[in-house]
Amino acid sequence: MRMYDVAIIGAGVIGTAIARELSKYNVKVIVLDKENDVANGTTKANSGIVHAGYDAKSGTLKARLNVAGNAMYEDLCKALEVPFKRIGSLVVAFDEEDMATLQELYQQGLDNGVPNLQLLGRDEVKEMEPNLSDEIIGALYAPSAGIVGPWELAIALAENAADNGVEIRLNAAVTQIEANEQGFLVTVDEDTLQAKYIINCAGLYGDKINNMVNTPSFEIVPNRGEYNLFDKGVGDYVNHVVFQTPTKHGKGVLVLPTAHGNLMIGPTAEPVDEPEAVETTEVGLKFLREKAKRVVPKFPFQAVITSFAGLRAKVKTNDFIIEASAETKGFINVAAIDSPGLSAAPAIAEMVVGMLKDIAGGFAVNSSFKPNRRPSIHFMALSPEEKAALIAKDPRYGRVICRCEGITEGEIVDIINRKAGATSLDAVKRRARAGAGRCQGGFCGPRVMEILARELKVDITSVVKDRKASYILTGATKSNDEYGLPSQQVADSQDI
Amino acid sequence: MKSYEIVVIGGGPAGLAAAIEAKSNGAKDILVVERDRELGGILQQCIHNGFGLHVFKEELTGPEYAERFIEGLKQQGIEYKLDTMVLDITDHKQVSMINPEDGFLQVQAKAVVLAMGCRERTRGAINIPGSRASGIFTAGTAQRFVNMEGYMVGKDVVILGSGDIGLIMARRMTLEGAKVHAVVELLPFSGGLTRNIVQCLEDFNIPLLLSHTVTNIVGKDRVKEIQIAEVDENRRPIPGTERSFKCDTLLLSVGLIPENELSKSAGIRLDGITGGPVVNESMETSIEGIFACGNVVHVHDLVDWVTEESRRAGKNAARYVQNQLVQGVKTITTKPGQGVRYVVPHYIRPENIEDKLNLMMRVDNVYHGARLVIKEDDRVIKSIKKAHLAPGEMESIKLTKQELETIAGKEITIALEIEEAKE
Repeated sequence: MRMYDVAIIGAGVIGTAIARELSKYNVKVIVLDKENDVANGTTKANSGIVHAGYDAKSGTLKARLNVAGNAMYEDLCKALEVPFKRIGSLVVAFDEEDMATLQELYQQGLDNGVPNLQLLGRDEVKEMEPNLSDEIIGALYAPSAGIVGPWELAIALAENAADNGVEIRLNAAVTQIEANEQGFLVTVDEDTLQAKYIINCAGLYGDKINNMVNTPSFEIVPNRGEYNLFDKGVGDYVNHVVFQTPTKHGKGVLVLPTAHGNLMIGPTAEPVDEPEAVETTEVGLKFLREKAKRVVPKFPFQAVITSFAGLRAKVKTNDFIIEASAETKGFINVAAIDSPGLSAAPAIAEMVVGMLKDIAGGFAVNSSFKPNRRPSIHFMALSPEEKAALIAKDPRYGRVICRCEGITEGEIVDIINRKAGATSLDAVKRRARAGAGRCQGGFCGPRVMEILARELKVDITSVVKDRKASYILTGATKSNDEYGLPSQQVADSQDI
Repeated sequence: MKSYEIVVIGGGPAGLAAAIEAKSNGAKDILVVERDRELGGILQQCIHNGFGLHVFKEELTGPEYAERFIEGLKQQGIEYKLDTMVLDITDHKQVSMINPEDGFLQVQAKAVVLAMGCRERTRGAINIPGSRASGIFTAGTAQRFVNMEGYMVGKDVVILGSGDIGLIMARRMTLEGAKVHAVVELLPFSGGLTRNIVQCLEDFNIPLLLSHTVTNIVGKDRVKEIQIAEVDENRRPIPGTERSFKCDTLLLSVGLIPENELSKSAGIRLDGITGGPVVNESMETSIEGIFACGNVVHVHDLVDWVTEESRRAGKNAARYVQNQLVQGVKTITTKPGQGVRYVVPHYIRPENIEDKLNLMMRVDNVYHGARLVIKEDDRVIKSIKKAHLAPGEMESIKLTKQELETIAGKEITIALEIEEAKE
């Protein structure tokens, strides 16, 4: 049986951040995830904001870890080549009641240790964001807030962790956990493995994993957030993350540029019954449009590219649950990581590894730890001379596959063959942006499938869009069955 | 830097016709740049017939129609590059491109012909709510899979949008053994050609549901169910009219968008209605010596008209490089009036017209018994009675050089005069 020091359950941004932090030590770590890609749950569908940290109540884990995590983002994203921009956020007020709330948030921010907060008047807001409504009378400005590519961060963390010796096992649903003398016997589908310690980062399934060994102590309620994404052509319509002042009627909808240069609005907030309910709704999308219009009256709705929804793991207590189980030694819950979980992720990883070191009595340092990710090539960003030199070395960089985003075959092959690499169309899109542009994969989809099939040495009909069961092709056409593939027919006829 | 007289961007029907015609009219060094692995463009996946009735007076399949032009290109000895993507065109007509063989390449052209075609509107662009399951394809992508790659994309199909590709794919999927439950159209009329509605839907008993839309897509991983509803005159779903189809596939044929990213980067002026460059009688854009033709200018419904328009662009590009096009002379604006959405070309310089000029346009609704009237102020230059007009069918009116020479002012209007009530 395979033996590990630590089994991390869940390969979202929390699981992968902890895995990478642990790879700094000589510890044998495995990350398990039921999905066929890392970052395929909450991490792939959220606002992508690194919050400043004024929002959470002082003294909570959320408040402390948000502010601490935020401060770690520059270095982390630089080392891992993850898109991150510290663009600052504005919470805008429409009336005096809003202004009073901003005053409270400002004070809370000071208590939480948020740097450089400022209350702004109407004119200052207008100068910073000319497209915002004239009815806005002031704002809370937090220059330390930022935007990040959330799934890129988790993918990069996983890849770097794997480069430093962590094993990442996908398509691996944990079905049973048994505590024994050496730690835990973990059943993964038909297989079992043994781990001394378990870290539960299972997101929406955090309660179910906890309940496999512990008395139920919390319940995760999936909370759905819907989003609308707009073309890069309107990506600079706002330059900051723009929040509405929270009221008793809700938090309002935010308008922001994404780390990829698109414009985005969202999220809605709606409790749903099951942890897979990621559909968008007519009601939700309409709600977003109405709320966004209040902040940006001339919102460029015609530039919409797509909509999506994600689920947040909420609990009644409304704070992160990060604690070693009292009843089962060596089991750590990292649960209920809803907003600002992404912002806090680097700090959560440090905290959890600290807790684990305490339990284990310390770990030896991994002297060969490599903090940086192997650099990626962004072909279109190169100079003409660099482009020419690269194509001469590897002609696959001379073939553009995704026209809208300008992604070459060389870049796609690279992201398939990296550790924790892409195995589905959406996984390619998340890593290389191929298919993320205006045509949404209309032109490049068939070509990317061809490349995936070739690189992974599988039949093209087994290439999926996203999750395991999201098949794309249903079989051969009649003539393909009888005479072989069209491309093959050409080859055959040339032989004659 | 290598230089050419004419660089044609795109090796589909528009680019091929333009290149051949330019060569026949005296242009010497011509380069055709194609991003796909073969010439012919989207025609290569249109294996149905019905192409060429106007140009060749016979019915050809898409690949057959393309083949005639590919042969012509080769016979004329015109240079072309496949698998080559143009990255940038400057307003001085420097074109940069890459491919695996040549690497990064910059060429200087005296004239450029833009023939990049169009792309399909996506699900996101019309914001259909529901799951993001697999099994949702634009009709053209599905057509590529089925006709070129040899794979089926589904077994039980609903099609949203009654554009021509959607209609053609309804028949194609049926012939391949799939069940097509319905073609759902938001508008009260189809955007496709009448002959396609008859031959692709009626002949196969596939219902065309006008004034309906898809309201929800159900299915965690693959599409399982498509929900539709009837819409009111504001195109909003009418409560109580919901119904659903159990199916695994949704095809979208919800419009085509001229692909003008390169034109924009060169600083070419675009028409907000067509989405393509503003052009003059010679198919020349707002930048002198950069021409455009085919679906990159405005979306056509027949390739024959693309050929006709592209020959004009090619010929005039050849005239341009031989200094035979007159610049800076009297210019007449063609203004779309009531009932007409757009007119191509946008400007006419009568001095450059040899004998006649085709004005192409689309109307904004379905009309019976209306007249298309070209006027200068109140003077009627030409008036044509039309039994039937629809947005899905492009209209054209010929103006002779003599008629053009009667125009004294700077603007003509092309409008619909309605004799009977609109349908």
